[in-house]
Amino acid sequence: MTPEELNEIAVTEKEAQSRFPHHVCVCTAAGCLSAGSGEVKKALAKEVIESGMQHECKVKGVGCMGLCSAGPLVTVDGRMYQNVTADDSTDIVRSMEDGKPVKRLECNTKAPFFTRQTKMVLENSGVIDPERIEDYIAADGYSALLNAITEMRPNEVVDQVIKSGLRGRGGAGYPTGLKWSTVAKASGGAMKYVICNADEGDPGAFMDRAVLESDPHRVLEGMAIAAYAVGATRGYIYVRAEYPLAVKNLRTAIRHAEKLELLGNDIAGTRFSFRVEVRLGAGAFVCGEETALIASVEGKRGTPRPRPPYPAQQGLWGHPTLINNVETFANVPVILRKGGEWFSKIGTAKSKGTKVFALAGRVKNTGLIEVPMGIPLREIIFDIGGGIPDGRNFKAVQTGGPSGGCIPEAHLDLPVDYESLAKVGSIMGSGGMIVTDDSSCMVDVAKYFIEFCMSESCGKCVPCRVGTTHLHNLLEKICRGEGTEKDIATIEELCDVVRNTSLCGLGQSAPNPIMSTLNYFRHEYTAHVKDASCPAGVCITARAKEAK
Amino acid sequence: MIMLAKPSAPSNDKRWKIVEATMRRNGYQGNALIETLHSIQEAFGYLEPEGLRFVAESLRVPLSQVYGAATFYHFFTMKPPGKHTCVVCTGTACYINGAPALLAAMEEKYGIKPGETVPDGELSLLTARCVGSCSIAPVAVFDKDVVGKLGPSDMVARAGKYKCHDA
Repeated sequence: MTPEELNEIAVTEKEAQSRFPHHVCVCTAAGCLSAGSGEVKKALAKEVIESGMQHECKVKGVGCMGLCSAGPLVTVDGRMYQNVTADDSTDIVRSMEDGKPVKRLECNTKAPFFTRQTKMVLENSGVIDPERIEDYIAADGYSALLNAITEMRPNEVVDQVIKSGLRGRGGAGYPTGLKWSTVAKASGGAMKYVICNADEGDPGAFMDRAVLESDPHRVLEGMAIAAYAVGATRGYIYVRAEYPLAVKNLRTAIRHAEKLELLGNDIAGTRFSFRVEVRLGAGAFVCGEETALIASVEGKRGTPRPRPPYPAQQGLWGHPTLINNVETFANVPVILRKGGEWFSKIGTAKSKGTKVFALAGRVKNTGLIEVPMGIPLREIIFDIGGGIPDGRNFKAVQTGGPSGGCIPEAHLDLPVDYESLAKVGSIMGSGGMIVTDDSSCMVDVAKYFIEFCMSESCGKCVPCRVGTTHLHNLLEKICRGEGTEKDIATIEELCDVVRNTSLCGLGQSAPNPIMSTLNYFRHEYTAHVKDASCPAGVCITARAKEAK
Repeated sequence: MIMLAKPSAPSNDKRWKIVEATMRRNGYQGNALIETLHSIQEAFGYLEPEGLRFVAESLRVPLSQVYGAATFYHFFTMKPPGKHTCVVCTGTACYINGAPALLAAMEEKYGIKPGETVPDGELSLLTARCVGSCSIAPVAVFDKDVVGKLGPSDMVARAGKYKCHDA
């Protein structure tokens, strides 16, 4: 496949698409699929044939359109319809014939949910058919890869990524360019590997899943560019087994890319070869940690090991290995296409580009959003998210999952970037953003997360294995209304020990939800301890039992 | 190098062919252990001790390591599931939107806790860390169907369909 041949495919595909005056796109990503979009797509396709429009109208399945709470979503010639059912197909097809939109199904795309977003990673999501490589190529896909391997030297590729200021989207925010150049410089024998971390174990997060389901080629292209830049020839995508559709779309994408020789040996007639394999995770949160992930790819129990040596020096099977998250790789093609400098103009001084968030919990518009770095949290929750439903009041927003913290109303004007979130005791994390209202008890929320960390602790190091269990027991005691002030003091001391002495990120960050809730919602802890009552009425304390 | 006889499958069950194919595709390498366990669970619904022994011999991995991986990862189960399964998501969004109430309703109605199966073997109740459908929380997966925005009564009714007759 040469750049000219690639261009030819793009032109042919665009021509084929423009032959249809009407385009119907049905979201077939996980959110809409579980709301019944599979049936909707079938009904629409049938209706189109029955009304004899099959030569004028193309019905295709596309990836996530974002507003999952209003699914199934369908776009007809760019107009979006929400909560569509199979019965609506007659009206939708008729609307194309007579040119009058179906008013009752219309989704207001002028609402802040749509207008405040900046789509870069998700630019193709909800637009292209993830199961057709030609559709991706028509949207400039793989042009960055072919340009890189035919026109650029590996160090020039690394330079562009350094210049872009891109930081790891898995949560820690390590500069991606720096990581790439370390692996590129590593001299560890003949082999180097690239691994894509798609083990999105953080509950309440579905960004990586959406990217893999909606635009899998983008991730493959990013990985291939990375492989060229660092000198790797083999790649693995470690993806959760709980995401069957993402796995299926990825496997299809790899097969198609190999067929077109965009992956494989001697790509574009150069000496660059790169092959990718999918490896299934098996439900272990700790495997999101890079050394544990490597152990799991090797077929072992996913337990972390001390660093250094870092995977960049000694990773998979002892060879230099580059590990990046799905969203990080998904940013790469656009950086190479438009240049690192262009990318670095978006965002804040230290956090560049955009970030994809999975907005969920007690908020009106739930779904997948992509916003420029530096946007205030308030804007995300109240403008894009539409605020809190059922007339309730905002209480806290939880970012970063079990490794993050809860941010109260007082800090809502903070710009979203790596440093600001860390300053208030949370983390950027991979992008899960869960809003809670006054019906949630923060002690209960802290208990939920520590229960998660306790059962996900791999057991290798003592502070995490024993510490999280003790923290959980103490929080349970407080939730039962049997806790004392001394228990709170013990919790604080334990948090400090677990944070500072655990082996890997899981243990080091496990106390975050407790520490942030203790910091901002201490009065709720005090109420449980002093009055044996739960202000939100969630915990079944001794007093609540009496009242029953 | 000592040549060992090729281990034979635990039974004549045709599903072992699928498992063998997975191992063959990965060149019988030890690092294919997790992939192989996935193929057994996919074919049989759970991992049985005989199967683990077979995998250990085929991939030449110590049985202890196979057992270690099988018990370490939450996705693998060594208990045979019921005829139908119902997986309640307990991710953060589902948790704050009422997943605990769904589990409580199931326990009250059918007397099963997460990880348990009703006595007649028709229905198993399981939990998942997060199925990634957070925007339609709370969510449960009935066999392969993801159902969102569930209430306790819907939950019990849907599970009841599985229990009464073959769906």
